[in-house]
Amino acid sequence: MLDWRWDFTWEILPRLLAATGNTLLAAGLGYAIAVVLGLVLALAQRTPLTVLTVAVREMVEFIRSTPLVLQIFFVFYVGPQFGIRLSPWTAGMIAIGLHYAAYLSEVYRGGLESVPKGQWEAARSLNLSTGRTYFRVILPQALPPSLAGMGNYLVGIFKDTPMLSVIGVAELMHTANAIGSQTYRFLEPFTLVGIIFLLISLPTAAAIRLFEGWVRRKLGMG
Amino acid sequence: MDISDISDFPLALERDTAPMVSFRKVTKSYGSLVVLDALDLDVAEGEMVTIIGPSGSGKTTVLRMLMTLETINGGVIYVDGEPLTHMERDGRLVRANDRHLRKIRSKIGMCFQHFNLFPHMTALENCMEGPVHVLGLSKRQARERSEELLAMVGMADKRDQHPSRLSGGQQQRVAIARALAMRPKVMLFDEVTSALDPEVIGEVTNVIRELVGKHNLTMLMVTHQMGFAKDISDRICFFYGGRIEEQGTPEELFGNPQKERTRQFLSAVKEAT
Amino acid sequence: MSYFEFLSQYGDRIVSGTLVTMALTVLASLLAVAIALAAGLMRMAPNRAVRGIATVYIEIFRGTSLLVQLYWIFFVLPLFGITLEKFTAGFVAVGMNLGAYGAELVRGAILSVPKGQWEAALALNMSPAKRMRRVILPQAVLIMLPSWGNLLIELLKGTALVALISVTDLMFQVKQINGTTFLSAEAFGTALVIYYVLARFMVTPFMRWLERFMMRKMGRV
Repeated sequence: MLDWRWDFTWEILPRLLAATGNTLLAAGLGYAIAVVLGLVLALAQRTPLTVLTVAVREMVEFIRSTPLVLQIFFVFYVGPQFGIRLSPWTAGMIAIGLHYAAYLSEVYRGGLESVPKGQWEAARSLNLSTGRTYFRVILPQALPPSLAGMGNYLVGIFKDTPMLSVIGVAELMHTANAIGSQTYRFLEPFTLVGIIFLLISLPTAAAIRLFEGWVRRKLGMG
Repeated sequence: MDISDISDFPLALERDTAPMVSFRKVTKSYGSLVVLDALDLDVAEGEMVTIIGPSGSGKTTVLRMLMTLETINGGVIYVDGEPLTHMERDGRLVRANDRHLRKIRSKIGMCFQHFNLFPHMTALENCMEGPVHVLGLSKRQARERSEELLAMVGMADKRDQHPSRLSGGQQQRVAIARALAMRPKVMLFDEVTSALDPEVIGEVTNVIRELVGKHNLTMLMVTHQMGFAKDISDRICFFYGGRIEEQGTPEELFGNPQKERTRQFLSAVKEAT
Repeated sequence: MSYFEFLSQYGDRIVSGTLVTMALTVLASLLAVAIALAAGLMRMAPNRAVRGIATVYIEIFRGTSLLVQLYWIFFVLPLFGITLEKFTAGFVAVGMNLGAYGAELVRGAILSVPKGQWEAALALNMSPAKRMRRVILPQAVLIMLPSWGNLLIELLKGTALVALISVTDLMFQVKQINGTTFLSAEAFGTALVIYYVLARFMVTPFMRWLERFMMRKMGRV
């Protein structure tokens, strides 16, 4: 039944490792987009403009309630219909970045809401501008409670990158699929992909927990 | 002395003369912190013993060990003549297994400071839970027994209410009925009035008062209500630093304390109230 | 082609895909709940081997991607002599994946039941199994239900991946429609809206109802 071929394993491993680089790049880029865009989405929900607040809130809900793989297809295929051609990488980064921005905006929102109102009042009494208050007073305090959620979604985005294979981004899953359909051997490539994911995601999750504890201690938050 | 050496402890106590509860050289420590230091304490059948003392003196630990909520580090506890913390194997005492613990534990009931009623069950269901699912009584028998006990603690009209709808005093009375429904020989009351508002303390102490002398129930109580303890106890034990500093009848202990630490504690308590 | 024409022409396929998606969601949910309970309880077992098995299961399924697991179950398991039909492979993969996440919810909820409840159950001399089943679990369920609401939405979204092994769910149908018509906005847009409606107007209200039902049953209204 089970015939694991080591020669085949060594043969495909370099290809898979090269693809792992692409996977990490996709996760890193997507996360960078999500971290920044998520903050914008979170802050947009705190403006006095009710229309904007409600619109952003609904959009975040919509993105969070629908499948990422469908969003990836949507971004990739809808552009050409209107004459905009996006490369798989561009479309993938937009879709995954936006998807995780929606999740991260919820994390930030929780963090922002955890900052006591008295901090705003203190900043107001010192006559700080709104921008300065955010960047010097509120965000530094909102960050530590957000770290756990941010860490979870870093691992989350990494584990969701295989979905980019559906539009042809040459990451791990796409490469393993290609190897499988060329050689008709699925055991080694798919198992190796699983192992590579485990080897990266488990230590990363552990490192994030350590980092989170370190930040908390550093900021004297026990 | 090796506190874990129990080789010369009896395998069982003489049934007719044995106290209902007997702590023999019982030691409890957390790391280097000794909570109870070679405690010897006997409680006779039907006796009401109250434990008083400053916080951290180990008084609650005594009840929790008897309920097997805490393990002990040395000595043996006997209940109704049989070892509780240990059991006999090949003619010597070894640490009790779960089966033995369950057998002896059935003789003991406990009421807690924070009631610990099951929030997802009504007052009646709380009382019926043990009789049906532990003792194996039929629902009808368990219901009869529970309703009787709820009536005794004055909670018959609230029997279909969930704990969240009951006041602290009412919850504690249901908790007493729940413990009694298991027909224990020994009842433990662990600061049962400490979490209550002052105006409802009386309704709980009155229930306990009624139990004294009834059913030949043996009772051990930890409390801060000195007046109550004085009224109903056969004996008061003053705990200090993990041992019994002084014990005697309420008259002796409150009227004429022998030890300096007892006097200090009692006068401090008096000042506070 | 107007959107109305699009719907009248492809509506049937979209509806049938939606029904398949709903069936997958229900089956995968049942499996996820069962696995979560088993793995969550095993995680807390006194026996180290039992705990180890649960931990390995949870770490593997949480540490890799659902898509990887799906492909593995569909393409690799047959090599071990276990061949699942694609619909079954689909909901099994989704259920096993989300069940691993659910196991952590179960464990967390059990640990957050107040210590006094364990002690009271022990004082009534209940056996460990009875303590868990009659006293702790009912309270843990109430604690974890809100988190299960979010998890089931993740599960619904996860079912979209089974289209990649050709299960004819909603995702699969609109992908096919897109492939023949190139009406991407209509096809994928419609599917997005349907997933949103399923999540917000079926899964969420159902979980809210379940929460209220359980609260009423436990006298917490």
